[in-house]
Amino acid sequence: MAWFKKTKKPLASSTAEKPSRVPEGLMVKCPGCGQVIYNKDLEKNLAVCPKCAHHFRIGAAERLASLFDAGRWTEHFPDLTSNDPLKFTDTKPYRDRLRSSIKSTGLKDAVIIATGRLDGLDVVIAAMEYSFIGGSMGVVVGEKITRAIEIAVDRRQPVIIVSCSGGARMMEGALSLMQMAKVSAALARLDRAKLPYISVLTDPTTGGVTASFAMLGDLNIAEPKALIGFAGPRVIEQTIRQKLPEGFQRSEFLVDHGMIDLVIDRRELKAALARALRFMRAQPAPVEAGTPDAEILVVAGAVEPERQN
Amino acid sequence: MPSDTLEFEEPIAVLLKEIEALSMMPQTDQRQQSIDGLYRRIESIRGEIYKHLTPWQRVLVARHSNRPSVLDYVNRLFTEFTEIAGDRRFADDHAIVAGFARYKDEPVLIVGHHKGSGGDTKQKVFRNFGYAKPEGYRKALRAMKLAEKFQRPVIAFIDTPAAYPGVESEERGISEAIAFNLREMAALDTPIVVVVHGEGGSGGALGIAIGDRILMHEFSIYSVIPPEGCAAILWRDSARKVEAAKALKLTAPDLLGFGIIDEIVPEPIGGAHTNHELAAALLDTALERTLASVSAMDPVTRLETRYQKFRAMGSVGITEP
Ligand SMILES: [Zn+2]
Repeated sequence: MAWFKKTKKPLASSTAEKPSRVPEGLMVKCPGCGQVIYNKDLEKNLAVCPKCAHHFRIGAAERLASLFDAGRWTEHFPDLTSNDPLKFTDTKPYRDRLRSSIKSTGLKDAVIIATGRLDGLDVVIAAMEYSFIGGSMGVVVGEKITRAIEIAVDRRQPVIIVSCSGGARMMEGALSLMQMAKVSAALARLDRAKLPYISVLTDPTTGGVTASFAMLGDLNIAEPKALIGFAGPRVIEQTIRQKLPEGFQRSEFLVDHGMIDLVIDRRELKAALARALRFMRAQPAPVEAGTPDAEILVVAGAVEPERQN
Repeated sequence: MPSDTLEFEEPIAVLLKEIEALSMMPQTDQRQQSIDGLYRRIESIRGEIYKHLTPWQRVLVARHSNRPSVLDYVNRLFTEFTEIAGDRRFADDHAIVAGFARYKDEPVLIVGHHKGSGGDTKQKVFRNFGYAKPEGYRKALRAMKLAEKFQRPVIAFIDTPAAYPGVESEERGISEAIAFNLREMAALDTPIVVVVHGEGGSGGALGIAIGDRILMHEFSIYSVIPPEGCAAILWRDSARKVEAAKALKLTAPDLLGFGIIDEIVPEPIGGAHTNHELAAALLDTALERTLASVSAMDPVTRLETRYQKFRAMGSVGITEP
């Protein structure tokens, strides 16, 4: 590991802390190239910088809109909420954190489960929402993703999980940890049923999410330069007492080390998923009536999905 | 030895020092009576202290450097232990032990983290303090697949601070190694009994901790994050670890209440580190009964039950309108 000591560049995480989400306002300066871009142009380009291809972070609804045909999908289990099983309080009660995240995101927790068509193929997609407590996985995220996989086994459809998460949710303690086991067990059943599972890893995907479903895809696909790892860069630095090299734990690093199948530009993602799913024998099929759960048909504009019953 | 006492065992440390002083003097009957009396006082003080341990104190007990290791249990409860090495991919990881042995005369497969407990610094370094790397998880799974192939039960001993958070862990895919174990252990077609006997450190623990029954020692902990790490992130102050330990609900009774573990294994008064023999005997009782009951299940039912067991985890924390 001598090559590290020569590296003068600081910790990779320094770039991760740059605001990557599309900020409010008319224009935004790209953290990749410094170019000033109109938000409207950025949105049309799936929040990818037209000049340098920097991938801004996008929300779960925008993600689904970019993948489902005509931006239409059916949402499942939208109303599951955490009841704060640990009665957890740090500097403020977890209940309050939940309440304010619910208010600011319009979601009840950090994942949206959706079914619909991707290039004519019936698929189940779970998209994680980073702005909901860092996309962390607690009992609700674990339960919803498990149910998504069970729907897929039931209907014999492929599963796509788009990860964007800091890992397990501390405020739900060991119950969060167990969601790693729960989702992985469901994926074992999907695997045994010979159904496709594609994991899409976006910036960031770390901790217990990486160490469970995000690494278990038949294909693991990453967006460019996404931070992907188990331990956080700061924890590793403290362990080895050295600065980490630039690019450590980025998508391209994981490809080099054999952990990711391919890195794909967001603008090419849907086409790549469709190709892979066809190889995996995903079938176009008529949309079924669905599960007894409350379903919401969502017709997405790029940003504000319109919910109808 | 006073050096073995924990910070909250100060009254015991004082008495141990008195005993030490008395022992250095020429032996007389009277002196021996005083020493015996002091030992009895230690026992009663210990009993009192351990009846009311706080979560943070349990963390300290769970991490005690003389807490029995997987091999301490193996040496006392198993015979003919044959350790096997290596993941057939990269290396042998000494932070996870794997091998076969006999338990109650029946062949079983053992996997377990080893922190180097009871050993000197050199042995702890050899074990990497129980921080396993990808090759450790892959070795464990390779061993467990062997158990599946030959239809032998697996007993997994859990005691790790965490998976190793280092550069080579990331390079060699620690996430994938843990994730793959979670998936494969969920479907491993042979009985698995998990014993969380020390520190259940997050994903590093869970990576070999999927099973039909989860036993947990009385003073063990099992947590999504170490209290120090939790305090550093949420309070921005790792000194608030005591509060974090309480908030995280990481004790055996907590986890039993959440349905994460099935049974609490009692420990000697004062913790397993004070009496390895008794600790092993207490585990023996629970282990024999548990292993017999999961081994008696028909395989299809056992796998379905294992799935449903983990499937149900977390339901207690969900409100569904
Ligand atoms: Zn740019």
